[in-house]
Amino acid sequence: MSLLSLSNVSVRYGRLTAVRGVTFTLAEGEVLFITGPNGAGKSSLLRAIAGVTPPAGGRVDFADHDITGEAPEDIARLGLSMVPEGRDVFGSLTIEENLMVGTGMHAATRGWRARAATELEAVYATFPILKERRHSQAGLLSGGQQQMLVIGRALMTTPRLVAIDEPSLGLAPNITDQVYERLIALRAERKLTLLIVEQSSTRAMMIGGRMMLMRGGEIVLDGDARALGQSEAMQAAYFGYGDH
Amino acid sequence: MGGLMQVVFDALSLGSLYALGALGIALIFGVMRLVNFAHGDVIAFCVFALLWPSVDAVAIIFAGNLPWFLLIPFTLAVGAGLSVLSEVVVFRRFRRVNPATMMIASFALGFVIRYFLLMLFSSRPKSILLLPGLSQPVEIFGARIPLLQLITILVTIAVLIGLTAFLRRTRFGLEMRAAAENFTMARMLGVRANRVIMGAFALSGALAAAIALILGSQTGTANIMMGASVMLMAFIATVIGGMGSLAGAVIAGFALGAIATVMQVILPPDARAFRDAFVYGAVILVLIFRPQGLLAARGTRERV
Ligand SMILES: Nc1ncnc2c1ncn2[C@@H]1O[C@H](COP(=O)(O)OP(=O)(O)OP(=O)(O)O)[C@@H](O)[C@H]1O
Ligand SMILES: [Mg+2]
Repeated sequence: MSLLSLSNVSVRYGRLTAVRGVTFTLAEGEVLFITGPNGAGKSSLLRAIAGVTPPAGGRVDFADHDITGEAPEDIARLGLSMVPEGRDVFGSLTIEENLMVGTGMHAATRGWRARAATELEAVYATFPILKERRHSQAGLLSGGQQQMLVIGRALMTTPRLVAIDEPSLGLAPNITDQVYERLIALRAERKLTLLIVEQSSTRAMMIGGRMMLMRGGEIVLDGDARALGQSEAMQAAYFGYGDH
Repeated sequence: MGGLMQVVFDALSLGSLYALGALGIALIFGVMRLVNFAHGDVIAFCVFALLWPSVDAVAIIFAGNLPWFLLIPFTLAVGAGLSVLSEVVVFRRFRRVNPATMMIASFALGFVIRYFLLMLFSSRPKSILLLPGLSQPVEIFGARIPLLQLITILVTIAVLIGLTAFLRRTRFGLEMRAAAENFTMARMLGVRANRVIMGAFALSGALAAAIALILGSQTGTANIMMGASVMLMAFIATVIGGMGSLAGAVIAGFALGAIATVMQVILPPDARAFRDAFVYGAVILVLIFRPQGLLAARGTRERV
């Protein structure tokens, strides 16, 4: 049974079509990397899934709901948590406040405060640096710490699927390693489904899983990350050789 | 000593009005980047809501005769209600368009409210006696301060403390602060856009009602333009304070009150008529050196 399924999704900004006819399904527990060069439409696709930029056409289903054109908050409440490109921490809020923002979506269920507290401790256990600095302003954190914060913040909503746009953006390689290490550990712990956007296929090849290559708004390759990453087709498609 | 205290209290009470007005503007600007020019007309509406419609010079008091413990909640509810209504009926439609269009919509809404009042009550100011007994003076440090001035200051302090506690300690306050900084991100974390925006409008409208009560008791008149003069200064305070910064709005509101009061005292009598020109001069100076305002709010960048 697929958790997320897209059929023929397109995204437009005025006359520019950023995503054209994207179709794929993602099963519960799967890890999917979407890679591709600048301007391929990766972020646009993610924003369309999360409801931030409603799709111009096609259909998105998540957890047995048609979420096409739904409001971002309603999609989030179904368990799809999005970590956008550039991280978007609430800089003037403290780290703990950042983490707590998303817990309100469960406020209608009994015992949510206790569960939020448990969740908070779990996130702090994964990212001890966040606990150390829990009362300082999030805007003062380093890039790597902010990346950990936004991943933690997404987890606080107890999502079924986490979609992350370029977690390595602006981070030193060893910090990126740390972020991925935690991400993979979390996935195993919580049976999370992950949708990760990266420009390069390096991480996908290291971690394994499924990989799709996006170019010019379309999915041009889809397959096993390690196999695809080494193939000639990948290189050619990434740089657009043989387009003409 | 008594004279100095009088100036201090004048400055604080005038500053209180500006601060309350600026807060009402900044709250809404914070969550939806709307400069709400209808705010002053909401103030006037709240005063007129206490009267029966009539075009006579003498006001026919309706809810204005209620005892204070009913009058105050009634007026606050009117302000909050009208403000929320304007969001649902007008501003909601404009949320996805640019801030300039929303601003023009707020001008239009202001005109609609004003002309609605004009139709029911005519443009003549009416004398009303609101919350009588507040004009009697009390003695503080040798100065005779009108009780109303004292109450204005105390109410403002209470509002500031209450609002701070609300924003810092409650779940809804946390969601509002997050939304003010990055609305889209807050929504991606499940924060309900409509609820946050309606909450901001309700608070803002209640603040307008508080100003209405203070102004109505202070001046003893109901005038369809009564919100305008306070709001002009309040707008300036939000700009100087850094659009969207609540603390900045409050500080700038009090600063403007102080400057205006001090100018009134130190300017030679002939120049007093130009007091406001001097105040605006000071404002321009501030903006030359800090164009982003005294306390620039975070997240004033464009949203996705
Ligand atoms: N808000 C927007 N308004 C107009 N055009 C946009 C907007 N966002 C993206 N685009 C355009 O859509 C296309 C796809 O952009 P998108 O950001 O989705 O690419 P990307 O694959 O995420 O690129 P990168 O790797 O650089 O982040 C680009 O041509 C871009 O200029
Ligand atoms: Mg991108």
